[in-house]
Amino acid sequence: MSTVVNIVIYGIIMGGIYGLIAMGLTLQYGVGKILNVSHGEFLMLSAMTSCVLVKAGLHPLLSFVICLPAAFIIGFILNITIYRYLRKVSKDDATYESNAMLMSFGLYFILSNIGLKIWGTLSLSYQFFSYPVKIFGATIAVNRLISLGIAMVFIVAFFFFLNKTRMGKSIRATSQSATGAAMMGVKINRTMAICFGVGGLLAAAAGVLISMSFAPTAQIGLSNTVIALIVVVLGGMGSIPGAVLGGVLIGLVGQAVSFFDTSLVTVAYYLMIIILLLLRPKGLLGR
Amino acid sequence: MIKKYNVKKELQYIVVFVAVIFFAFVPLFGSTAIITMSTTIMMYIVMAASWNMFSGPTGYISLASGAFVGLGFYASGFMSNHYPLPVLMLFGGLVSFALAALMGSITLRLRGVYFTIFTFCLVELVKAIMTWYEIMVVRKRGLSVRNFGSDTAFYAMLVMVAIALIVVIVVKRTRFGMALTGIGESEDAASHIGIGTTRTKVFGFAISAFFMGTVGAVRATMLNFIDPGSAFNMMFSFLPVLMCVFGGMKTFLGPIIGAIVFASLQYNLVMKMPQIYMIIFGGIMILAILFMPTGIVGVYERIRNSLKDRNSIRKEVADDANA
Repeated sequence: MSTVVNIVIYGIIMGGIYGLIAMGLTLQYGVGKILNVSHGEFLMLSAMTSCVLVKAGLHPLLSFVICLPAAFIIGFILNITIYRYLRKVSKDDATYESNAMLMSFGLYFILSNIGLKIWGTLSLSYQFFSYPVKIFGATIAVNRLISLGIAMVFIVAFFFFLNKTRMGKSIRATSQSATGAAMMGVKINRTMAICFGVGGLLAAAAGVLISMSFAPTAQIGLSNTVIALIVVVLGGMGSIPGAVLGGVLIGLVGQAVSFFDTSLVTVAYYLMIIILLLLRPKGLLGR
Repeated sequence: MIKKYNVKKELQYIVVFVAVIFFAFVPLFGSTAIITMSTTIMMYIVMAASWNMFSGPTGYISLASGAFVGLGFYASGFMSNHYPLPVLMLFGGLVSFALAALMGSITLRLRGVYFTIFTFCLVELVKAIMTWYEIMVVRKRGLSVRNFGSDTAFYAMLVMVAIALIVVIVVKRTRFGMALTGIGESEDAASHIGIGTTRTKVFGFAISAFFMGTVGAVRATMLNFIDPGSAFNMMFSFLPVLMCVFGGMKTFLGPIIGAIVFASLQYNLVMKMPQIYMIIFGGIMILAILFMPTGIVGVYERIRNSLKDRNSIRKEVADDANA
C-alpha cells in the first residue's frame, strides 16, 4: 500500500515539474511556431546557476528571483533578434517552422556546450529541507513537496495570466491565428517574443525546482527536452491544459515503471506515445 | 521521351565521381591518421547525402540518424567475429531499413513536426533498450568489435559513398524522387494526382536509413569497442542536419561540401577543444540559416547568376552602342 502511495505522490511531484517544462515548450510552439529543441538547456542552465548561487550563500527561494527574469530576458532577446529576422525572410509559415526548429538546434549546441564548458561532468547539489516526512505510510522528502507546491503555484498563476489578463488574451488569439490577431490590433511580434520569454522562464522555474531536490549536472538538458516533447505530444501540441495533464501522466507512469526497472522508463514513455499516435494523433487534449 | 541532358548540370556529377576515383589512391601513400580522417569524412558524406535524399525534398526533418547508425554499430558488434565486413554492412543496413519502415509507417501519416519529435526520441528509445539489454540480459557493458584494418574500412566507406551518391542521383531522376519533391511542395496536391504519399515517404525514409546503418557497421569496426552511449549518439543525428543546412539542402553538392567541411573541422578540433567547437558549430548553424538559407551552393549560384546578369547587361549595352 505504502508503495502505491509512494509511486503516486512521487509521480505527481515529477508530473508538476514535467508539466511546467512542457507548458513552456507548448507555448513556444503553439504561439510562435518554434519547436524549441534547446528548451531543456534553459532548464539545465537555470538549475546549475541556482546551485552555484545557493553555494554562494543565497537562499534557494531567492534564486527564482535571479534565474527566472534572466531566462525571460534571454528568451525575449533571442526571439526579437534571430527568430523575428528569420520570420521576416521566410517565404511562408512552413519554411519558417522548419528553419526555426533548425535554428533552435544551433541554440542547443551553443547552450549545452556552454554548460559543459563551465561545469563539465560536475554534479552540484545543496541541502534544502532534505529530511523525510511520512504521508499515508509513504516516506517523502520535504523539499520535493515544496517543489510540488511551487510548481502548482506557477501553473495556477500561468493559467490566470493566460485567461484573465489582456496579454493572455492576445497570446490565445495569436495561437489561434496570427494573421487574424494582427488584424484585430494584437501586436503579434511582441506577443511572440513574450511567449518565447515566458517559455524560457517556465523551463528555468522547473530548473530551480530540480536543483532543490536532485543533483543536476550539465547533461540534464537533452533528456528533459525529450521528456517535454513526449509530454507535449501526449497532451496535444499547443494545448496548455494538455501539457499539465500529460506531465502528470508521464510522471506517474515514469515512477510506476521505475519501481520495477529504471532503465525501461524511456521505453514505456515511447510505447505510450506510439499507442496514442495510432489511436488519437492530435494528443489527449489537442484541438 | 528523349531527355536532353544539360552538360553543365551533369558536370558536377562527373567532377564528384572523378574525385571519388582519385580518393581511392589515398591509402597507397597516406599515413594511418589521414586514412582514418578520410574514412570519417566519407561516413559523414554518406550520412548527409542520404539524409538529404529524404529530408531535403520532403521537408520532413528526421533526427533518427543516430538510431540507425547505432543499429549499424551493434550489427557489427554482434556479428563481426563470424562474418566478413560486407555481410555486417548489409545486415546493419537492413535492420535500420526495417526499423525506419516500421517507425515511418506509424509517424509519417502525421504532420511533419510529429515526425521530427518521434525521430528525435527514437535515438533515446533504442539507446534505452540496448542499455537495458546489456544490463539485464547479458550483464556486460559494451561489445568489442573486430578491427578489419584501416584500409578495409576506408575502401568499404568509399564504396558506400559511390553507391549512396549513385542512388541519390537515380532517385532524383525517377518518378519516386519526383514524388518525394511533390510531397515537399504540397502534400495534398501530391496525393490528389495519385501519389501514394505515405508509402513514398516510408520507402524514402527507409532507404536513407539503410545507408546510415551500413556506414554505422563500418564505423564500429574502426572503434574496437562500442557501448550504447557511443553507438546511439545524438551527434550522429544532429551533424547531418547541420552539414546539409550549411552546404545547401535540396542540392547534390551541398551535403558533400557540408560533410567535408564539418567532418574535417570536427576531426581536428574534437580533441583540442571539445566544447568550444560545438559552440562554433551552433553559431555557424544559426548564421547559415539566417543569412544563407540555401546554403553554400545557393550562395554560389546566386553570385554566378548575378555575374551572368551583369555580363548580359553589359553585352546588351555594347550591342546597343554598336547599333
